This record gives sequence, C-alpha cells and structure tokens, in this order.
Amino acid sequence: MGIEIENIHKQFGAFSALGDVSLSIPSGELVALLGPSGCGKTTLLRIIAGLETPDSGRILFNGEDTTRSHVRERRVGFVFQHYALFRHMTVFDNVAFGLNVRPRQTRPSKEEISEKVMKLLRLVQLENMASRYPSQLSGGQRQRIALARALAVEPQVLLLDEPFGALDAQVRAELRRWLRRLHDEIHVTSVFVTHDQEEALEVADRIVVMNRGKIEQAGTPDEVYEQPATAFVLNFLGNVNLFHGRKSQRQTQQGGQPADANVSGGVDDTQAVAYVRSHDIEIERSRQDATALKAEIRHIQKLGPAVRVTLAIEESGEFLEAELTRDVYQNLGLQQGEQVFVRPRQVRVFVEDYQI
Amino acid sequence: MRLFKRQNNVLPGFGLTLGFTIFYLSVIVLIPLSALVFRTSGLTWGEFVTTVTAPRVLASYKVTFGSAMIAALINSVFGVLVAWVLVRYRFPGRRIVDALVDLPFALPTAVAGITLATIYSPNGWVGRFLEPHGIKVAFTPVGIVLAMTFIGLPFVVRTVQPVIEEIEIELEEAASCLGANRWQTLQLVIFPMLLPSILTGFALSFARAVGEYGSIIFIAGNMPMVSEITPLLIITKLEQFDYRGATAIACVMLLTSFSMLLVINLLQKWSRRYAD
Amino acid sequence: MSAPVTSIPTSNGSKKRTQTEPAAVRWLLISIALVFLTLFLALPLFAVFTQAFEKGLTVHLEALKEPDTLSSIKLTLITAAVTVPLNLFFGVTAAWAIAKFSFPGKNLLITLIDLPFSVSPVISGLIYVLIFGLQGWLGPWLQAHDIRIVFAVPGIILATIFVTFPFVARELIPLMEAQGKEEEEAALVLGASGLQTFFRVTLPNVKWGIIYGVILCNARAMGEFGAVSVVSGHIRGMTNTVPLHVEILYNEYNYTAAFAVASLLAFLALITLAVKTVAEWKVRQQLDNN
Repeated sequence: MGIEIENIHKQFGAFSALGDVSLSIPSGELVALLGPSGCGKTTLLRIIAGLETPDSGRILFNGEDTTRSHVRERRVGFVFQHYALFRHMTVFDNVAFGLNVRPRQTRPSKEEISEKVMKLLRLVQLENMASRYPSQLSGGQRQRIALARALAVEPQVLLLDEPFGALDAQVRAELRRWLRRLHDEIHVTSVFVTHDQEEALEVADRIVVMNRGKIEQAGTPDEVYEQPATAFVLNFLGNVNLFHGRKSQRQTQQGGQPADANVSGGVDDTQAVAYVRSHDIEIERSRQDATALKAEIRHIQKLGPAVRVTLAIEESGEFLEAELTRDVYQNLGLQQGEQVFVRPRQVRVFVEDYQI
Repeated sequence: MRLFKRQNNVLPGFGLTLGFTIFYLSVIVLIPLSALVFRTSGLTWGEFVTTVTAPRVLASYKVTFGSAMIAALINSVFGVLVAWVLVRYRFPGRRIVDALVDLPFALPTAVAGITLATIYSPNGWVGRFLEPHGIKVAFTPVGIVLAMTFIGLPFVVRTVQPVIEEIEIELEEAASCLGANRWQTLQLVIFPMLLPSILTGFALSFARAVGEYGSIIFIAGNMPMVSEITPLLIITKLEQFDYRGATAIACVMLLTSFSMLLVINLLQKWSRRYAD
Repeated sequence: MSAPVTSIPTSNGSKKRTQTEPAAVRWLLISIALVFLTLFLALPLFAVFTQAFEKGLTVHLEALKEPDTLSSIKLTLITAAVTVPLNLFFGVTAAWAIAKFSFPGKNLLITLIDLPFSVSPVISGLIYVLIFGLQGWLGPWLQAHDIRIVFAVPGIILATIFVTFPFVARELIPLMEAQGKEEEEAALVLGASGLQTFFRVTLPNVKWGIIYGVILCNARAMGEFGAVSVVSGHIRGMTNTVPLHVEILYNEYNYTAAFAVASLLAFLALITLAVKTVAEWKVRQQLDNN
C-alpha cells in the first residue's frame, strides 16, 4: 500500500517540528527516515501512524485521506523505540493482544489465534519463548516480539521507531540483516526511523534524509550517497573534509552536477565550501599532476581494517583526514612527519552557509 | 474546551476524567474550604483580630507552634539517622524496622494518644522511671512534643530515605579519590545533597504536628494557657456554639497550612534545581 | 538462550559499597536508631496489646461484644465501605487525566488534590458543620426538610471522604507518569478500544499502586478521629465510630475496654503495614521492569 504525505506541518509550542513536509512512499518499499535527533523524523512517523495529529496537511493511504481517522482504524503496525511490550503479559499474550481485542464478530477463534501467534513466533524465531515475560528476554528478543506483535494484526503499513536504537552493536547488525530478509519475504510497506546512516544505507530501499523539520533529499541509497542534494546530506552520510573558498580542484560537482572547479564564476568565494569524503583522498609519494597538494602527515590511527591519516596542508595549514585501506597504507609505508602529496578524487561544492 | 486546545494525544477520555476530577475536587474540598473563608468574612476586621489575638488563643499558638517546632527538630535529627541506617547498613530485622517506621501513618491517632498517655503517665512503663527524676511527660507540654514527634517521624524518614538511596556510589568514590576523608565526604558531598529533603521533611513534619489533634489531647492535659493546643481550642469554641470564634481561629490555622504548603512546594522545587 | 541477557540495575542496594563508616561507628548509629524507634514506635504498639489483654482474653472479648462497641464497628465499616470506593474511583480518574495528558494548570491541580493532607483534621470537620450545621449555609433548609447531615452518619462519611481524599490519587499519579503512555499507544495501534486499553493494559500495570493507595485510604478512613469527632455529635450507639468509642471508654476510665477496642485498630494498622510493604515492593519491581 502506498502512502502520500502532503504538506504536513507540526508545531510544538514555539518549536516547529515539521515544516511543509511532502513525501510519497511507494507500495511494498522499505523506507528509512534518516536524520539527527530532533529533526522531526519520529514526529513524522507518529503522524503517519495516527499517534499525533498534524496541524495542517494530509496523509493518504492508497489515495484515501486518513488524516482524521483514529489510530485504531488505520491498520498500521507500530514498533516502538523501547518496544512498549505489555509487561504483565507473556510473549504469547503480547502477540495475541491485537487479535484478542477485536469485537466478538470479527475476532478469530482461540485456536486460530493460537495458530497465528505460533506462526508469527516461528517467523521471528522465538517459538520456544511463548510463555516467557518480556522482562525475561534480551533486547534483541524483545525487539523481535514487538515486531511479531505488530504483524499479528496484518497491518497495511509497518512503522518502526529507531528499531535497533537500544541494542548493542553486534545484535544490531544481525537484526538489521534479518529485518531486510523479513521484508523481502512479506513485502509490507515499511517505514523506519534511524539516526544511523550505515543502518539506512544497508537496509532501506529508499532513504529520506531529514534535518530541522524538512526533507533534505529522498532517493535510493546510491542516489543520496553518490549525488547528495545538499551539504547536509553529504555530511550526514560519511566523514568529510571541508575546504573553504579554495579554487585549486579540477573535478568538482555542484549540487550533484559536474561543474568546473573554478567555482568563482557566478559564485561568491567566501560562501563556497568544497567537501571531500575522507576515503576519496588519495595519498601519493610524488606529485602526479597539478591537483595534488603538498602535505605533512601529523597522525596515523589504525581502525581495524582501515587507517585514518591526519594531514596538514602546507599551503593553507588546514587539516585533512584521509581514510585508507590497510593494503594501501602498507604499500605506501607512511610514517608520521613525512611529506606526501594528497589528491582529492571527488570534490563537491555547495553554495550555502551550512555549518558542521 | 477551547482553553485546552485540541489534545495532541490519541488516548481517550481526557475531557471526561478531567471534568470529573475537577467536579469531585470542588464538591468535596474547594467549596467546603471556601465556606470557612466566607464565614470569616462575616466578621469585621476588628472582631477578627480581637478573636484571634485573645490571650488564651495566643497561648495556644505558642504551645502548638513551639511544640511542633521542637518535635520537627527532633524528627529531623533522628529521622535522618534512621533513614541513613536503613539505607546504608545491613542488620538483622532491617526490613521489619523499615516497615515499622510507617506505624504512625497507619495507627489511628486516638490509639496512639491513649497509648502514649498510658506509657508516659507517672505510673506507666516509661513514666515511672522519669517520675523520680522530676521529669513529667504526660499531661504537660512535654507530652505534646512527644505525641507530635511520634506522628511526624515518618515524614522525615520517608522524604530523606529515597534521596539517600539515589546517591550514586561513584560520588563518594570520586570524593575519596580526590583525597577527602569519610567525614569530609559526608559533610561536603552527602549533606548538601540531603539538605533540601531534610528541610522538606522538617516542614512536612511541622505542618502535620500543627494540625494534629487526636494523639495529643489524651496526653496534653489540656490546661488553658499551658497545654491547650489550637485545634482543641477550635473544638471548645464549637462546643460552646461560638461558631464565629471557631471559624476565625480555624482561618488562621488554614492560612498557616497554606503558607506551609507553599514553603514545602518551593523547597521541593529547590531540591530539584540540579536535576536534569 | 536460557538466562535473561539484559538485567537492569535496580537499586544501589545490589552493588557492593566500598565507601562506608568504620564498624564501630556503624553499630553505634544503628543502636541509636533502634533505641529511638523502640522507644517511640515499638513500645507503644506493644503496649496497646499488653493493655488490651491485661485482664485476660475473656474480659477482652466481653468488651468487644458490648452492643455499643458492635454498633461503632458497624458504623466504621459502613463509612469505609462508602469512602474507599468513591476515593478510589476519583483517584483513578484523576491519575488518568493528570498522568496521561498535558494541560495548563496541571501542577496547581495536583497541589489542590493534596490540600486535605495539609488541613488540620479539626478544620476538615468544621467546614462541614459550617455548611450543613444548624447555623450553617444549608442548615435551615435541611432542618425544614428534616434531613440530618451533621451529627449524623452522612456528616461522618463526608468528613472521612475529605481527609482520605488524596490517598489513591497521589499514589497513582507519579506511578502512571513514570510508566508513560507507550504501552497504551501500542494497545490502541493494535486496535484496542479505550476501555480495553484501560482494563487490559493500564490497570494491570498500576494494580499494586492501587492496592497501596486503597489500603492507606482504608486505614485512615477507619481510624480518623479529629474530623469525625467534630461532626459526629458523639451519640452513643448512633454516631460513634470505633476511634470515638475508644475515646469515650478511655474517658470513662474503662481502660481495659478502651484498649481492647483500640487493639482492633492496632491490628488493622499492622495488616495495613504488611500489605503496604508488599505493595511497595511490587511497585518497585514493576517500575524496575520498565
């Protein structure tokens, strides 16, 4: 089922949580709302669910206006950040809740409910936990039960608020892959909120990057990563280096479009900022061409498979961070204090006063 | 209701529950209490002042507020000690003692009154040991302080106890890592953290003692000018059908209670000033 | 897949403290605290029962079987049976509105709900005399219609409702606030109606908080003395509650009977403390599971 979000506004007192947000979510996709905390992503999710009411704007489910319909009637599945499992009920009763509260006419029989619950517990691989209480489960298990509970009512849309936020790194990575596989299996339109770019890039079909109550960019993971629409998007997805008002780069992109490096044409120098991702910086022993800059290695930090090199550019004194693979690093045999040449592979220039 | 705008909340029943809450509160508490104030306004200012500053009334204030102050002080010292011992130390019977602290909440005041009077009377269990030393407790102002201490104790303990429980071990460890000895840690780190709750407990205990009636009248002796508490004076006036006098004095008591309530609320606000 | 993986640290009690006072100081402080508590709390409690059974069980039971005593017990039970359910209903309603919604004036409302606790019991009784008494606002009208409120059972019940007014509400409000509204939201998303949400999700979560509030409310309702004393009129066998009856027996120098009846109330207090302790423990457990 497709969701249309049209011109949603939401104000909390003096704070504008969402300002004129419009978005279209195609049926069957897994969409990530990505952004820093306070950017309005959770508010948007809660508005889609019907847990909050927008001040203006509309939410359409399959072309039908649901803005004023109650959360009960929307048939959404919602997985809360802290799961909101019913503490006094067993895992089984938690999953069965949505079926048990149906009016008598539409409520399935006890056997049907039991069968369905067990099927869902098998789906989330927790069938032997049916009689446990939430407090006896690990974080990852609670997460999966919350998901099973949401799926039990056969929702038209599945909404997940920071689904992996409260888990430790390993369980998180595991559940991420599992969620992706599960979505490929059941294909229900899903929206999840996250502040973790890696998570969004790995799991989602589409990523919606949000900042300060507005959508910065919506697109496939490749699109938002390769062709960031704004400096914010570029910054939020990966480590970047900044060059203020520099003109020496050759190959740059402006707003995703290739442009001449001498950005001075039509653009005020003081406003233009060039961005280079740290793994887009090449380090060379000798100057290959004119784009290379002379720099001194100030610090080398080994981070597992990667190596982070901090360099000071001779000309401007600015600091740069380059990320190399261990192979490249070993082949070059870099040492602290050495003079090398750095060459940005890809530079993007944005004309705005965005500050990190 | 326009005042409350549209509730940004999907949970049902807000209007109904809030409406009932305000209705019940008004019928049971607010309207009856305002009756007291309105009845007082039937007196002229001069009449009012004469009534509430009559020598016997002034003496009753002195007895009531003076004893309540002493009782609250005693409770502040021992209440903090009891709270500290209950939270920090392990000893046999700790849980029972912990439960027993609430006895004054649970024991009807009349029962407390007759029991304290019996124990501390000159031939009672404790009184007989005090009598030879010339210490008279029952039927003197000392008895009033005793009863007030009894009913006020849980207020200090139960206010201070959770605060002690929440003090992180790391704070004390940090203090001792920085070279503080145990006494300095208690004095400079723990005590300042407890102070707001001690003051709150003191105020609560004081406020309760000022209004207390049941447990005191049995042990006080109730001699006008000497050991007559203000609540008793109100009842006496009422029994003499002096409604105006009773109302005027009650109004003074009520104003005192409200100022105490204000002080307690401010203290609690102050105690949260470092909270996140 | 056997033991629960996540465990939330509950209270500081579970952690080992390295920072403490020397053993001698510790035991000195414990001793002072225990002596103080024994003198002030344990001794009176013990005295009630000793005095009550001083002249043997038969005398004790005789005193309890006296008609005036029985009628006072009946009146106290009636009073509690009316008061507790009313204040329970109010407490739950108020807690729902205050804990689950935000609105202007919330803090003022909480303060007003707590008001009866800071009013002297004597004044709590007086205000009803001022309204319903012969010289009161409604006095003449009530007399014309032959309705008695003050110096009769309705007055006793009203005064008792007033003094026990905040018990359930003040226990439930912070508890329901601490539990947030996520579980209720989850229930609604899953299709539950408002009442289903309340009875299946909210209520089980605050069960022990309610028990706690009710048991304290009941203890005070059965034990209230000052407020009831003002409105009762002390008509023996008619408007005497158990605490008032204790006073009369005591003032008639009938100590054994007074303490026999008092021991009933003291026993109620002990049960109250026991239930309260269990409820407190359960509430804590429930909050820690959060």
